[in-house]
Amino acid sequence: MFYREAGDFKVSYEQDSQTFPIKFDRYRYYFVLLIAFLVIPFTINDYWASAILLPFLIYSIAAIGLNILVGYCGQVSLGTGGFMAVGAYACYKLMTAFPEVSMFIHVLLAGGVTGVVCVLFGLPSLRIKGFYLAVATLAAQFFLVWLFNRVPWFYNYSASGQINAPEREAFGILITGPNAPAWATYLFCLIFLAFCALVARNLTRGMVGRSWMAIRDMDIAAEIIGVNPLKAKLTAFAVSGFFIGISGALFFALYLGAVEVGEAFGITKSFQVLFMVIIGGLGSIFGSFAGAAFLVLLPVILKVVGVDVLGWPTDIVAHFQLVIVGALIVFFLIVEPHGLAQLWRVAKEKLRLWPFPH
Amino acid sequence: MSDQFLFTTEVFFNGLMAGVLYALVALGFVLIYKASGIFNYAQGVMALFAAMTLVGIMEGQVPFSHIINAMFGTDVHHFGWHVPALLAILLTVGVMVIFAWLVQRVVMRHLVGQEPIILFMATIGLAYFLEGFSDLMWGSEIKKLDVGLPQGGSFWIEDMTAGLGSDNFYGFFIDRLDIVATVIAVLLVAGLVLFAQYTKQGRAMRAVADDHQAALSVGISLNFIWVLVWSVAGFVALVAGIVWGTKSGVQFSLSLIALKALPVLMLGGFTSIPGAIVGGLIIGVGEKLFEFAIGPMVGGATENWFAYVLALLFLVFRPQGLFGEKIIERV
Repeated sequence: MFYREAGDFKVSYEQDSQTFPIKFDRYRYYFVLLIAFLVIPFTINDYWASAILLPFLIYSIAAIGLNILVGYCGQVSLGTGGFMAVGAYACYKLMTAFPEVSMFIHVLLAGGVTGVVCVLFGLPSLRIKGFYLAVATLAAQFFLVWLFNRVPWFYNYSASGQINAPEREAFGILITGPNAPAWATYLFCLIFLAFCALVARNLTRGMVGRSWMAIRDMDIAAEIIGVNPLKAKLTAFAVSGFFIGISGALFFALYLGAVEVGEAFGITKSFQVLFMVIIGGLGSIFGSFAGAAFLVLLPVILKVVGVDVLGWPTDIVAHFQLVIVGALIVFFLIVEPHGLAQLWRVAKEKLRLWPFPH
Repeated sequence: MSDQFLFTTEVFFNGLMAGVLYALVALGFVLIYKASGIFNYAQGVMALFAAMTLVGIMEGQVPFSHIINAMFGTDVHHFGWHVPALLAILLTVGVMVIFAWLVQRVVMRHLVGQEPIILFMATIGLAYFLEGFSDLMWGSEIKKLDVGLPQGGSFWIEDMTAGLGSDNFYGFFIDRLDIVATVIAVLLVAGLVLFAQYTKQGRAMRAVADDHQAALSVGISLNFIWVLVWSVAGFVALVAGIVWGTKSGVQFSLSLIALKALPVLMLGGFTSIPGAIVGGLIIGVGEKLFEFAIGPMVGGATENWFAYVLALLFLVFRPQGLFGEKIIERV
């Protein structure tokens, strides 16, 4: 009824090539932005911010980054945890070296540093393909975590080997540290998420994105029709690294505050983000959001149900969580290998035709 | 002979032994990958599950006792009997076969024809599931596994070799368990090769590995072969679980040996059984020698990443691994 192209006339090229061609989609998008920017910051409290909203925003950024690499360019990466650690440590070094500079600059620079590192580890992808590449990216994961653990320069020679986020400001508002207000950290992450999603969305519908997808679908064929595999693969690694670096920096500076690298950015983190991408849907920006929301909410819900309602010990609930996450992943792959995004797509397709079947 | 040389030799031998253990895990991966094209990430967790089941059966633990206690407020722990090791191993093999059948029936059958990456993800999901499940079933505390394998340093070797160096050299320290593990690994590989070459099922297995459709057309049941392959992989996992579990206790970190086996696979090639063994030995020796020679200079614990970086550098020059099938790409 309301979800139609019909009647929505495009009279200029700008209108024709806009991100959301359907009017309902467009208004929904503005509506979500409105709620996220103007309603939630005023109603937020510490519990919601730290338990659900901040991890959701930060993981969404990471998932978008990984989705560009895995979903759009087809280069499976298991090194996400290591790359997030690069972002976190780059941000930490910048924060301690230039205390007076705004956090915005630090986080962006941390993303840039991660992009460069990611390209370095992406170089072998020109020779190595498929599973071999997936396992090769594990080299990045283990090497980077080891590096941040063993080289004292990275953690400023602190006795504990941890890094702690000092109090820093952006636009004169305290952003990091335990005294930062919840709404400020939330908004800060949200701005980055909106920025990343916008960039990702537009990159993936442009020339760069199309060359990524050509490489994903069949790299030799793409090469023959004139896509430069070196350029396509390395830009995918760079952009993906940039986003993952941002999320790592935010994860450390705003969410955790103190980080022990093996614990916070271990291999489980890599898998977690990969699951978000898979469950959400490979090759879909919306899927990254859906997957992140799903995997952030699931443990919280299970904990509430298991510990608070049923009164079971926490370790049993934790094990149940593993069982359920594992079973859900298998279930999703069997029922819908294209993830939550595909369900959404099917629903939209149905809506377009509703109430008539054809 | 100088002491330095002798120490290096000792490290070399220990590396060889460690390499055998890596190869043992890698073997399970290769079996499944060859027969079904599935890269089974759950192999390490299968080893953990097998070892836990073995301990649980031997000790007569009540399965799921934690949940039962939490739900009904009871206090059950053990049945109170002890099962001899051999019988327990047989029972565990039975459990692994049932597990293989379930995996095939519930998961893999529905995923036939999907892209390899989807299958890989499914096995990661399986790994998570199995990890949580085995903790729920047998409890997550560290368990001691003793099926009668000898342990501790071999005094005989130590005494025999003590005279080689100066007074500072006390002879080679070689764990007896490692020697036993090597023997077991050799037997296992020989058994697998004989099985694959000379039995009907083994031949069918190789036929499936060669070409699914051709195998189907001559009347081989894919379902049966896949259950068989998963069972054999479960058996290999059990052997690896027994050896590793005896060495360092049955605990969560046992499942991480899968991560140790991955670079071995890359180096040796995903499709080659000799590759898994040679790769295991190279990685075992390489990482021990590197840790011995370079480790102290850069802060130690290089074993975490050395294998991966070695495999990565190696792959740049030979993308299919040492013994892997040549990758032929067509449009």
